[in-house]
Amino acid sequence: MANLDDLYREIILDHYRSPRNRGELVEATSRTEGFNPLCGDELVIYLIVRDGVLEDIKLTGHGCSISQASSSMMSSAVKGKRLEDVRHVIDRFKTMMTLHDDGTADAPAPEPDLRSDGELAALAGVVKFPVRIKCATLAWNTLAQALDEATA
Amino acid sequence: MSSFDPRRVRIDTPVFSRVINDRPIVYLDSASSTLPPRPVIEAMDRYYSGHHANVHRGVYQTANEATDIYEGARRDVGHFIGAPDPRHEIVFTKNTTESFNLLARSWGAATLRPGDVVLVTEMEHHANIVPWFQLQAERGIEVRFVPVRDDFRLDLTDLDRLLAGVKLFSFTAMSNVLGTRNPVAELVAAAHAHGALAAVDAAQSVGHQPTDVGAWDADFVCFSAHKMLGPTGLGIFWARADLLEAMPPFLGGGGMIADVRTDGFVPAHGPTRFEAGTPPIAEAAGLRAAVRYLTGLGLDEVSRYEHELTELALELLASGVGDRVRVIGPADAVDRGGVFSLDVEGVHPHDVAQVLDQFGVCVRPGHHCAKPLMRRFGLAATARASLGPYSLRSDLDVLVEALLAAIKLFG
Ligand SMILES: Cc1ncc(COP(=O)(O)O)c(C=O)c1O
Repeated sequence: MANLDDLYREIILDHYRSPRNRGELVEATSRTEGFNPLCGDELVIYLIVRDGVLEDIKLTGHGCSISQASSSMMSSAVKGKRLEDVRHVIDRFKTMMTLHDDGTADAPAPEPDLRSDGELAALAGVVKFPVRIKCATLAWNTLAQALDEATA
Repeated sequence: MSSFDPRRVRIDTPVFSRVINDRPIVYLDSASSTLPPRPVIEAMDRYYSGHHANVHRGVYQTANEATDIYEGARRDVGHFIGAPDPRHEIVFTKNTTESFNLLARSWGAATLRPGDVVLVTEMEHHANIVPWFQLQAERGIEVRFVPVRDDFRLDLTDLDRLLAGVKLFSFTAMSNVLGTRNPVAELVAAAHAHGALAAVDAAQSVGHQPTDVGAWDADFVCFSAHKMLGPTGLGIFWARADLLEAMPPFLGGGGMIADVRTDGFVPAHGPTRFEAGTPPIAEAAGLRAAVRYLTGLGLDEVSRYEHELTELALELLASGVGDRVRVIGPADAVDRGGVFSLDVEGVHPHDVAQVLDQFGVCVRPGHHCAKPLMRRFGLAATARASLGPYSLRSDLDVLVEALLAAIKLFG
């Protein structure tokens, strides 16, 4: 049986209660919206991308604790990084959130160079609650889309 | 003297033996789908074990039995809703949604002209909104909405003005989000006074209170077997016989024809005209058993009992978690069914439902297929708890206990 503590880790509740990088960016170089039509979650990602670096990121929107915490943790993990590193974090996160046909998931590979790796790993428990995976991935899919638009 | 006992219904309903997260299941999602009692399951088993054959075209014994079962279900469900002549008025569909699509695609497409108005309400399920918008896009009809007041009841002050030019007033007997029960006979009379026909969405009401299409004076009524202790996969469309007779077929194929030649076809008469292909026969057997079971309980008794439990639920929610939980629906149990859409301060409905699941409590988070209504109240989602004839006070106690846990976890 999946335990509720696997889902609602303290660090997740902390990001939910005090989300990082909330708000709008007036001087944003891109603005991208994400929706989860099933639960009504909405998200807007503002980015400042300059010289191949994601200089700043801010988010607005509403959703459940998992979607809010995931977007907050994501913003901390990618802010100030080079775009190829950002893409790498996105890929690693999506792999962590992928359920194989037999219902198992890959554990995230340790990568000490990722500043917030420990925090992101806290979201690994979400895969035990398959219906919540889309809550956790909304922000990441939206960020991937925002990067595509920013670099198109 | 009442002999209705919800504990008896619970004993009859196998799902209640389930244990979820080490706790007995607390099923509070009957507005989504009700749990079938054993007689319904057994009727379907019995059908497949002893009678299964395709209906209508057979000569052999079991084919006749299957036909009797299927047509018997049509008759019994008709009588259950007070239909004067079920054989000419009841069409079996897949669900309420398909019933409304049949209404829009057949009656609507044949009757409505550009500029004609269909009036619905702001508290409708998408099943009674989207088919009309589809006709709006294709044929330029107008779709108009009766607003909902802040006290979660229909605002009827402008009804006469709204009904001007209306060909059909299509509304729900009971909201699947608010629990609000609408004054069906009064609304039908208002429609008729303006020369409009009236369609009633009985999906939420039919398993919880007596239904009499004659007393309503309605023209069309739609509902689903799975919300009245019956199986999924079977919906009911009732129409006044004269209206049904004039409606063109909607789906074409076998079973719905009187004749087919190489230069065309002639549709069958009566409801079978709308039942193309092999119908859900086992489900009809299940519906028949559900009707018999509900009749045995007595819909008056069920309604009275669920009313008392609704009063109690509103009290328990107010006294137990009232400072943090808002019920999006009428605050008193008058003209209100056992549906409680909860808005928990600081806790998203998904998280509410997730924590409740840990207590074995089944509630539904989301917009409940009523987005215009959710938008009206500035909500993206609620966590909805709803009652059935098997619900007990103890379910409500666990609900409140679990809500307190959710509030505590999210601080
Ligand atoms: C009021 C109302 N109308 C229509 C429906 C649609 O029913 P179904 O999903 O069986 O088509 C529902 C159920 O969700 C409902 O509550």
